[in-house]
Amino acid sequence: MTPFKTLTSIPAALRIMNIDTDMIIPKQFLRTIKRTGLAAGLFYEMRFDEQGNKKPDFILHREPYTQSTILIAGENFGCGSSREHAPWALLDFGIRCIIAPSYSDIFFNNCFKNGILPIVLPQAQVEELMNRADDKQDITINLPDQKIVAGNTVYDFDIDAFRKHCLINGLDDIGLTLEKETFISTYEENRSKERPWV
Amino acid sequence: MPKTLFEKIWDAHVVHHANDGTCVIYIDRHLVHEVTSPQAFEGLRMAGRPVRRPENTLAVADHNVPTTNRNLGISDPESKLQIETLEENVKEFGITYFGMNDKRQGIVHIIGPEQGFTQPGMTIVCGDSHTSTHGAFGALAFGIGTSEVEHVLATQTLIQKPAKTMRITVDGTLSAGVTAKDVVLHIIGLIGTAGGTGYVIEYAGSVIRDLSMEGRMTVCNMTIEGGARAGLIAPDDKTFAYIKGRPMAPSGENWDKAVAWWKTLPTDEGAVFDKEIHINAADIAPSVTWGTSPQDVLPITGIVPNPDDEPDTNKKAAIIRALDYMGLTAGTKLTDIPVDKVFIGSCTNGRIEDLREVARVAEGKKVAATVQAMIVPGSGLVKAQAEAEGLDKILLAAGFEWREPGCSLCLGMNEDKLNAGERCASTSNRNFEGRQGRGARTHLLSPAMAAAAAITGKLTDIREMK
Repeated sequence: MTPFKTLTSIPAALRIMNIDTDMIIPKQFLRTIKRTGLAAGLFYEMRFDEQGNKKPDFILHREPYTQSTILIAGENFGCGSSREHAPWALLDFGIRCIIAPSYSDIFFNNCFKNGILPIVLPQAQVEELMNRADDKQDITINLPDQKIVAGNTVYDFDIDAFRKHCLINGLDDIGLTLEKETFISTYEENRSKERPWV
Repeated sequence: MPKTLFEKIWDAHVVHHANDGTCVIYIDRHLVHEVTSPQAFEGLRMAGRPVRRPENTLAVADHNVPTTNRNLGISDPESKLQIETLEENVKEFGITYFGMNDKRQGIVHIIGPEQGFTQPGMTIVCGDSHTSTHGAFGALAFGIGTSEVEHVLATQTLIQKPAKTMRITVDGTLSAGVTAKDVVLHIIGLIGTAGGTGYVIEYAGSVIRDLSMEGRMTVCNMTIEGGARAGLIAPDDKTFAYIKGRPMAPSGENWDKAVAWWKTLPTDEGAVFDKEIHINAADIAPSVTWGTSPQDVLPITGIVPNPDDEPDTNKKAAIIRALDYMGLTAGTKLTDIPVDKVFIGSCTNGRIEDLREVARVAEGKKVAATVQAMIVPGSGLVKAQAEAEGLDKILLAAGFEWREPGCSLCLGMNEDKLNAGERCASTSNRNFEGRQGRGARTHLLSPAMAAAAAITGKLTDIREMK
């Protein structure tokens, strides 16, 4: 996983609430057995018409947002299906950070597993940043300091300490868990005594 | 200190507790399907890791399987490859698998309970958000992404922090025509699609206790539509009776031990929840969604809402977008909305009780000439049971299509999908834009209401059906 430290970009603002993972990556792209190549399906129905032509008005098709690595969206981003194809598609498209007032739990969790930073900010601050994005002004995300620098304004954000550690260092958490092998084996021994039917 | 059901299950599964509160929790059961697992198995292979507990893992093909002419195989090459990949993976890693032509095959959340794989007090995961279904048995069950599927395959654990707890108590008596589906749609309308974010919801009260296991599964299934991590219902005698004798259920001495432990699980008197919601059963009507989020729900007697009545700018924009997508005009009576298709099935409403309900409404009647109505049983065993009861004959005589089990039109990954602009009365769980096909319009409702819509050709108040 690519470590995440700082990121500077003109963000793209997507002013829609409850963007679900079906919108982020529709079903026809889920028949893959790979994690890569999903950028083609990102926001497919918003990006392409029924004939497969690009919709030039869609934010990620407009300059300078074709280069955005930060997405700003409405509340409850990533709700619905657990498909990790959603963060895979975002990542494949080049999005490394999302800013929204809230996320669904599963999507939020999936982001961290793929080196994407989902930042939660209050609605009013999200709107300030969206307006700034519309003005084509860049922002800088500083994960170690937990700050977003937007011109003269600096926003602080919260993040779970363990997740921050994994993101900054690009850690694979299966490896971390396997270091706790003794705890897992002990648990399993106890479980087979206490709940032999399981 | 008195504990909630959630806290009891959580405490029984903590493998390691770090100082910052991050826990490694043990996973008792892992369900696997073809769509969200190939990359996880590939990850194991790349790292040279085995599956830690293949005997606690059960795999099935459901999302991509055809629901007609199964003898011809799968025509779509990508779908075919995905299922073949699962078949190779289960063989390589030694996992029990119900293939497409196994009579036990079906939707992953239907077969878990059906096989007795799902039991109270367990932690159960699957790379599918509707894993919340299994909470009906008093199991802590939730959906995970593919990276976590790989994590569970490799370690039989997950890294998590405890959720907040919410209790939703539904007391009183349900009115005529009101089902488990209406109860959960009403709840989502009340709390909103993000209302449960960060919580595990325990459903309680006389209405929940009186529901069948099938009804409880419907309620827990749609918990994810309210944003919660998981839904839970205290296990009781009804739960134990459902499990007893199933192929993967405990037996003999183990059965008695298991039941004794299961009986200790319900929330203690005086346990404190982070949030409590009380609902009066009399306030719940037969319900239907009008928009593109499960929270866009109204009693069937309602009218399509007017965006101008919404003071919040963002919410108003969402209503305008939804009405435009759904092709609806504010003020239209819901019962005046015609439908083109009816879908009965899914992990929400593809169980035997649902099919009995549809047959009860449809018996001796005909599907409207303007409607295509399909029934997709949740599993091969549900289908066989329905056929043993003669339900298929009633339904076929009424003009419904009787298909093979799978996820089907709930998400339209196989060839079952709607065309742009088509409107569907659906017993499934999501009415998102494009969910059932690009430009497709979905109205979520109960099996009885779906059957009524199939017959009248429009959204119908089940209480008006003669």
